[in-house]
Amino acid sequence: MSKKYLELEPEKILSVKDLEVKFYTYAGVVHAVSGVSFDVYENEVVALVGETGCGKTVTTRAITRLIYPPGHIARGQAIFRRRNGTVIDLLSISEKELRDIRGNEIAYIFQDPTSALNPLFTAGEHIVETIVAHSSTNRKLARNEAIRLLKQVLIPHPSLRVKTYPHELSGGMRQRVVIATAIANKPRLLIADEPTTNLDVTVQAQILDLLSELKKQYSMSIILITHNLGIVAEIADRVYVMYAGKIVESANVFELFEKPMHPYTRGLLHALPDPVRRIEKLEYIPGTVPSLINPPPGCRFHPRCKFAKRVCREEPPMVEVEPGHYVACWLYAKR
Amino acid sequence: MSLIRVENVKKYFKVRGSLFKKVKAVDGVTFMIKEAETFGVVGETGCGKSTLGRVILRLLKPTAGKVYFMNKDVLKLSGENLKKFRRMAQMVFQDPHSSLNPRMTILEIILEPLKEHGIVVDDPEKYITEHLEIVGLGREHLYRYPHELSGGQKQRVAILRALILRPKFIVLDEPTSALDVSVQAQILNLLKDLQKKFKASYMFISHDLAVVKFMSNRIAVMYLGKFVEIANADELFEKPLHPYAQVLLAAIPIPNPKIARERKKIRIVGEPPSPINPPPGCRFHPRCPYVMDICKREEPPMVEVEPGHYVACWLYARR
Repeated sequence: MSKKYLELEPEKILSVKDLEVKFYTYAGVVHAVSGVSFDVYENEVVALVGETGCGKTVTTRAITRLIYPPGHIARGQAIFRRRNGTVIDLLSISEKELRDIRGNEIAYIFQDPTSALNPLFTAGEHIVETIVAHSSTNRKLARNEAIRLLKQVLIPHPSLRVKTYPHELSGGMRQRVVIATAIANKPRLLIADEPTTNLDVTVQAQILDLLSELKKQYSMSIILITHNLGIVAEIADRVYVMYAGKIVESANVFELFEKPMHPYTRGLLHALPDPVRRIEKLEYIPGTVPSLINPPPGCRFHPRCKFAKRVCREEPPMVEVEPGHYVACWLYAKR
Repeated sequence: MSLIRVENVKKYFKVRGSLFKKVKAVDGVTFMIKEAETFGVVGETGCGKSTLGRVILRLLKPTAGKVYFMNKDVLKLSGENLKKFRRMAQMVFQDPHSSLNPRMTILEIILEPLKEHGIVVDDPEKYITEHLEIVGLGREHLYRYPHELSGGQKQRVAILRALILRPKFIVLDEPTSALDVSVQAQILNLLKDLQKKFKASYMFISHDLAVVKFMSNRIAVMYLGKFVEIANADELFEKPLHPYAQVLLAAIPIPNPKIARERKKIRIVGEPPSPINPPPGCRFHPRCPYVMDICKREEPPMVEVEPGHYVACWLYARR
């Protein structure tokens, strides 16, 4: 493997470039992620928003190569700054080095806490295991650390709960254990994939508060994957909107909600029942998400877009319409 | 005029392996639903909202209480009258994938209720096609199977199956929670249009407050088997009275970053206790920020604080 010199601006922690992931299925090649690029800065919450099947989960799993056959990372770079300051490409380093990073410098929280926890391990063992795997601490010290972490994620009676098994805990408590495990090694980047989707709203609010609090304390960056624009508005700093395997728009959260540009983003925002205002009728996007085996040519949204023109059959470039606000749409690009 | 009247309905489930333990899924609920209105029921997982819907449709037999449909006691219906009730009260379930028979075509699925109730149509293909168009599907879907349709399309079929008998009342149990937002918007609009067209009353059950607000005229907030507040939809959102309703409203993510970040955060700790042994007195008291002595001992009565605005909380009741 040739050692290329990699660059990453000092304020960034991760830069994903031109990522392409395909799945080779019996029905054909699924182009799940096609040329996705995005950046994550230090201490920020970046949201990846999109509907089912738009490729947001695959994108973040690909960052640490958690893509298994029939999936395949066809192209791209994921440039990451390690704790020791070295800059590496996560997609081309050795599996050994990558193992050292996963669960340590980059940690994940998955959607379903029930399947993320091993039913035969206690809450404490999950955390101890994660700590011991990445340091030379002995298990006893790690266990004390586990209790401290459980306390930090606001689990009542942590010294008792450290011995409980996942089935003895409620959904919200399980997700807290998953979060405690994820932050056990003080990661620099936390990837939270729909962390509150299976939880009730009051518990969801508690978990979101907790994530913002932990972000401050550990000065980590968070990539938050969600389909819920309400959650984005609550805690994200910057947003990337994904549609059918591509990023269509990105901006600062205030800018995005105030001035959404891409017809898909606008459609998504208008389709949402607003709890504050009274609305008689919701706007909606006609049709459904296209198959990614034969995605539409050019802009993948054009078959559902009311502004579609002939030029939309060609790939729209990503243009910066306002400082920091990017959109890939022919309405804003010059030919 | 009230179409549905529910009086002190309770539904307890036995707990396996125990003689005495019971899950008190619904524990004394009283309300009524008017003609052509949408009555929303919100609450978190396990609060008993789905059970309540099923009891009203007599899919479950209540442990106690009465349900009246057009002033007739639903629990006493039998024979022809029961069949008539079944025809006029329908249900749409959360997951269209499991509520449609995978071995039947769409045509067969929608004809089934007509057949069951002995309604003969001259040209079923034409008749069903016309109706499919009302819910935004078409002739090309007649001979498809459920697996060939998307989630949103399946839910349209489930809605049409419920509507084909022209019911007066439909229980919608989380009809859009399995769908993406853009599709959810299509279905919610459709449900509203159909209500205007067919003049049916809806009982709309959901955990999503924004969706319930969009759909409903009046809303009931349910907590651990009981209603804690019933009010006009707008009034509930502007002036929630019960502490639980306040917490629930404060917890909804608002899709507007400015409002979301400026508003006051009201939070409670923990999660709802088990409905097997609900706390005595007011069920919300262990988590309530305003808890008083009386809340731990006595159950608060449901009082009408303003016309049509009911709340069960000692902060508003006189002793």
